[in-house]
Amino acid sequence: MVYNKRVDGRGFDELRPIEAKAGVIPKADGSAYFKMGKTVAYAAVYGPRELFPKFMQDPKKGILRVNYNMMPFSGAGERVRPGPSRRSKEISMVSEKALSTVLNLDDYPNAVVDVFIELPQTDAGSRCCGINAAAIALADAGLAMRDLVSAVAVGQADNRVIVDLNYEEEHLPEFVDHVDSEHVADIPVAMVPSTGEITLLQMDGIVNREALMEALHKAAAAIPQISAIQRNALKQKFHGETGEGLNGNNGHNGQSAGNGNSGATTQTAPADNESDSTDTGADLTQG
Amino acid sequence: MVDIETKKHIIECLTKGVRYDGRSMTEFRPIEVRTGLIETAEGSAQVKCGNTEVIAGVKMTMEKPYPDTPNEGILMVGAELLPLSNPRYESGPPDAYAIEVARVIDRGIRESKSLDNKRLCIQAGEKVWTINVDICPINDDGNLFDVGSMAAVAAILSATFPAVENDKINYKKRTAEKIPLAKIPIAVTVSKIGGFFIVDPQESEEQSCDTRLTVTTTDDGNLCALQKGGYGTLTIPDIDKMLTLALAKATEIRKLIKDSLVPRTGESYE
Amino acid sequence: MTILVQDKEVVVPGDTLAEGMGYIPGYGSYRQATKIIASRLGLVNVEGKVLKIIPVSGKYLPKRNDIVIGKVIDILMMGWRVEINSPYQAMLSSKETPEFIEKNEDLTRYFNLDEYLVAKITNVTSQNLVDLSVRDQGLRKLKGGRIIYVNTHKVPRIIGKKGSMVTMIKQATGCRIIVGQNGLIWVDGEPAKENIAVETIMKIESESHYSGLTERIKTFLEEKTGVKLDMTGEKGDYNGLQ
Repeated sequence: MVYNKRVDGRGFDELRPIEAKAGVIPKADGSAYFKMGKTVAYAAVYGPRELFPKFMQDPKKGILRVNYNMMPFSGAGERVRPGPSRRSKEISMVSEKALSTVLNLDDYPNAVVDVFIELPQTDAGSRCCGINAAAIALADAGLAMRDLVSAVAVGQADNRVIVDLNYEEEHLPEFVDHVDSEHVADIPVAMVPSTGEITLLQMDGIVNREALMEALHKAAAAIPQISAIQRNALKQKFHGETGEGLNGNNGHNGQSAGNGNSGATTQTAPADNESDSTDTGADLTQG
Repeated sequence: MVDIETKKHIIECLTKGVRYDGRSMTEFRPIEVRTGLIETAEGSAQVKCGNTEVIAGVKMTMEKPYPDTPNEGILMVGAELLPLSNPRYESGPPDAYAIEVARVIDRGIRESKSLDNKRLCIQAGEKVWTINVDICPINDDGNLFDVGSMAAVAAILSATFPAVENDKINYKKRTAEKIPLAKIPIAVTVSKIGGFFIVDPQESEEQSCDTRLTVTTTDDGNLCALQKGGYGTLTIPDIDKMLTLALAKATEIRKLIKDSLVPRTGESYE
Repeated sequence: MTILVQDKEVVVPGDTLAEGMGYIPGYGSYRQATKIIASRLGLVNVEGKVLKIIPVSGKYLPKRNDIVIGKVIDILMMGWRVEINSPYQAMLSSKETPEFIEKNEDLTRYFNLDEYLVAKITNVTSQNLVDLSVRDQGLRKLKGGRIIYVNTHKVPRIIGKKGSMVTMIKQATGCRIIVGQNGLIWVDGEPAKENIAVETIMKIESESHYSGLTERIKTFLEEKTGVKLDMTGEKGDYNGLQ
């Protein structure tokens, strides 16, 4: 038997519907919302900021710290106990490594950049969804990055290589009678879109070498689509900031005294050139 | 931590009747309540109050009842101050403030007696429903008590029981049955700062408050829970004023929550 | 050689800006083989052959000679520790005040905890240790008033050309306003007018890359305050450190 039709009717190489938004958490220095199918991730970046305890500081450059967490009601089954688990600690660690290769924190010795990934709703692929949100949030925070990072899970279901598995596909033997667990594999992959470098790779399940290579190539083919959505979210936020003013306002009237992050998504007019670029001194005159 | 200079100036402005964001002292920020957005939860609500945004979700489980109440279901409200939501929060086990937020909201719902715990009994002494409500702030810009309480109550009201098959919960199947909540308890925190009473403080106001009183009331105008917080003190006339304010505000908020439960079509998460 | 973006276009890290060797990567971009790629979120600035990115977000990184607003967070033997809205705290030495301070004097008489001050950055080391001074004219403690935080990258727009924007807000609201390069702004005036000034600053912050900003802000201020603004001179009273 071969997995001939996906449970949700998608094409074998087709991603689930994706939504992305940058600048959704006003208190954060950078933030994003990313949704793949029914998996939803928020990411917030705080920093660079002072790092404590001091012994963790690196005098040569800033360090990245990633924290992945599922909200207690985000799982398909039972309540997820709050607080770190072995699973969430491991995912935090691999996500940190997936993201840190593109990040340049040389300007920030002894400091830390904190990334908090929170999932209010999951349906497989949560670490990938979290990495996609985190990459947007890091760019939104104005950090130097040679590229974004984009991630997707590929895998095998009953001898068919598929892209962006949902929960049922990840647990196919539970849902489809004739499938045994020996023919199911889940392979989360994160990549630097412009170079194709792989920054995260994990797998569980059983897969032969040919299928693995096919899966990796399919991941490489899907990554540019995700990257385009991430890029668009960042550009939209930027345009939205300007558009918001024209439309009056969208509920918050700029009193937050925060960093002006807003998640509006309207179009914009071209920028003007009123500011004097040499004008860098503070204004100290008395009114 | 209180910033003395900021506090001084906030009070100076209040003396002239002006709040930092131009609201009146008894005015909430714009509130937006949306329910049922999280499919993995049996009930959920996302509440925005100005820039403060909170998600609450309900998960239902079957547990053994407490020995002293063998035929009553259990309600548990938890809150985590996610470090995602504010630079002051750190990862780690809940601190005293997180526990206070959770307990004040929990008490408000529990003591309102609006939940018919006996109807949550499946088999006396053996099996009862436990309603786990978890409150997760997305962006904390002040007033987590009230916004969290709104989210918790709206999440419970939006919840439906999962199906039970062979004595086990099938989370993939939902019934149409709602949680039996007879009243809508609403927490309103009135803050005292430099002798002024304000509601719904944004972060800098909240940090500058001397005292706060969280008043939870039910539809019939009765009080079901109180919590005084902060290092300052209150007089009896203070409390009288604060109660009047809390009751008036609770009526407005209760209506918003009821309205949020009217089903809307075609709305997915976010 | 081909340029793939337009001047002032919004780009995202990883976007290719140009191909071929005809262009040179500037701030916020780098070369990879024959391509020039963006390494920051921001606006493209084409200056002849140089492509650079003007960032739109990010924490303040202390720079020498910047005028910043900071908050006193600790008092040490020989000076004050000052929070300047950056990953690094700054030091104000008791030798860097206009008054001569005796060795065992009580430093809180000059600057106390939680007080705000406007100061100049005199030195930043490779490890981002930051020294401040309040010895220049205009540098001082900020008594009263309100502090707001804005995106550092919007500070030039809030100041405006030769201070025109901030002057306009002062004229309309009668508030005293000081803009620190680190994104802290001090506003002091009638409370209701302060609110208008703050609202205006937030408006500039969120609409800064829009054409006709000055005109829009002028109309906004006139509507809010009823003050008719005369901007014919456009000089303002902006004179840097004086």
